[in-house]
Amino acid sequence: MRNVWIICQKELNSYFTSPVAYLLLTMFALIFGFFFWNSVGYFNMMGLESQMRGQAFPMSVNEYVIRPLLSNVSVIGLFFIPMITMRLFAEEKRMGTIELLATSPVRDMEIIIGKWLAALILYAVMMLFTAINFAFLFRYGNPDWKPLAIGYLGLLLQAGGLLAVGTFISTLTKNQIIAGAATFGVCLMLWVLEWVAGYETATWAKVLAYFSVISHFESFAKGVVDTKDAVYYLSLIFLGLFLTSRSMESLRWRT
Amino acid sequence: MITVQGLTKRYARTVAVDHISFQVQKGQIVGFLGPNGAGKTTTMRILTCFLPPSEGTANVAGFDVLENPMEVKKRIGYLPETPPVYPEMEVREYLTFVGKLKGMSGQSLANRVTEVGERCAVADVQSKLIGKLSKGYRQRVGLAQAIIHNPDVLILDEPTAGLDPKQINETRELIRGLAGDHTILLSTHILPEVEQTCEQVLIINKGKLVATDSVHNLQNRARGAESVWVEVEGRDGSLDPKVIQGRLERISGVSRVIFKETSNNRSSFEVESLKDRVIRGDLARAVVEAGWNLNELRSAAMSLEEIFLQLTGTELAVEATPAVEAVAQGEER
Repeated sequence: MRNVWIICQKELNSYFTSPVAYLLLTMFALIFGFFFWNSVGYFNMMGLESQMRGQAFPMSVNEYVIRPLLSNVSVIGLFFIPMITMRLFAEEKRMGTIELLATSPVRDMEIIIGKWLAALILYAVMMLFTAINFAFLFRYGNPDWKPLAIGYLGLLLQAGGLLAVGTFISTLTKNQIIAGAATFGVCLMLWVLEWVAGYETATWAKVLAYFSVISHFESFAKGVVDTKDAVYYLSLIFLGLFLTSRSMESLRWRT
Repeated sequence: MITVQGLTKRYARTVAVDHISFQVQKGQIVGFLGPNGAGKTTTMRILTCFLPPSEGTANVAGFDVLENPMEVKKRIGYLPETPPVYPEMEVREYLTFVGKLKGMSGQSLANRVTEVGERCAVADVQSKLIGKLSKGYRQRVGLAQAIIHNPDVLILDEPTAGLDPKQINETRELIRGLAGDHTILLSTHILPEVEQTCEQVLIINKGKLVATDSVHNLQNRARGAESVWVEVEGRDGSLDPKVIQGRLERISGVSRVIFKETSNNRSSFEVESLKDRVIRGDLARAVVEAGWNLNELRSAAMSLEEIFLQLTGTELAVEATPAVEAVAQGEER
């Protein structure tokens, strides 16, 4: 456990001493800010409209603002995850520092989890920026905080899975760009897989759609913890980390 | 401290290390010598538990690399060919990180970082980014990293590669200073390095161990009798090499004269002495007195370089280190 934390700290340091973390955070804050601004603007307009028609039915901030925004974040995250994970192992391999880690009295799994945890923490910091925006909703409105909390839990689970996959891909190459591009491709595929369910109802389409990371997020966005979806994300995390450890092991046989 | 038996490493198509066996005693500095691609790095990577062997066993500091890699890793310090440093870290930060990785913590780690920094002469740059350091400093940071946890065994892969001559000397000094406390295995393809720093040599070629002996013995093996290279030039017109050879053979203490080559009226010979006889003075005098020019007279005794080439059977790729040249031009008479 101590070793996991040592590695994790080192990774966080290198995220935050290089421009990487700041760039990602800034970009994310800008993009999410824009989404938030749009969403709230639309909500306001809808509110005015319904008032003018004289049918003042209650409009839920949770349903009209928070829920779509959380879904947006889960998609935006797909674009940021490759940039977070691409350097994790590729850089160590290129610099030769992997030899230091692999010849230190540290287990492979401790290195892997440490790195993955650092990536997850960076993602969580990104999520903090969304919290600043959501805080305004709580200041001027009266949304329910529980669905939002569950939404965040879902985002972290989803990111955990994709980050684990990204970490695995990063062990396959010395080249960060390749690692990043491949991770991006995989993330994108995992997103669009659910589209087949839109026009096809055969079993294969259902299976394919099941593998889509986005479709499993819907329940979390609604504020519901569905065991099925949680299990999917947890399995993805385990699969990703397991493949990473296999890949690191094979590194020793191939180098 | 290190016991290797029948160690073999196969890759898909090649055999990088082929059944090598050797032992290194505690406190020794051992040079691991071989041309590039001979299998030095692979062997070192096996000893440091970075690569598993395909066959054979390696025991480092009392533990087997396959059965007890964690225990081995705790007891070794390893400097790979390129120092494994993070350019975005400061020197002190980096050494502290490595110390933690090796299981140290708290005040003892902080003290050790300071101590090692001074010992490896990187104390003056301890708050600089490693990425901004020169190659020499980076190498020393790499060395500091290897000794931070005071390991029993130090494994250094070409510790002086890419340094300038001054830095090379400093690094060798440093390594020599580390002997005694640590058992050191260092690889190199530079021979004088072994002659200067090591007590014991392992010569490896194409994955096979071709010789293992002390530096002293290896040199003696080649230097039993003196062997001198002479080049003689006739002064007036052409000179028959046979005449010179005949003259040289008559000098007392000479056991054998081997004619090497002749061109432009210059002839070269390799003259071997009887055991423990010094013949250079007589040789020079004989040539000059015969009225010839003595163009060159140098020791042809085998340097470690030649032993190495002889053993590894490779061609002399680079010019051998300039041998002592005692050029005595014949006086005008």
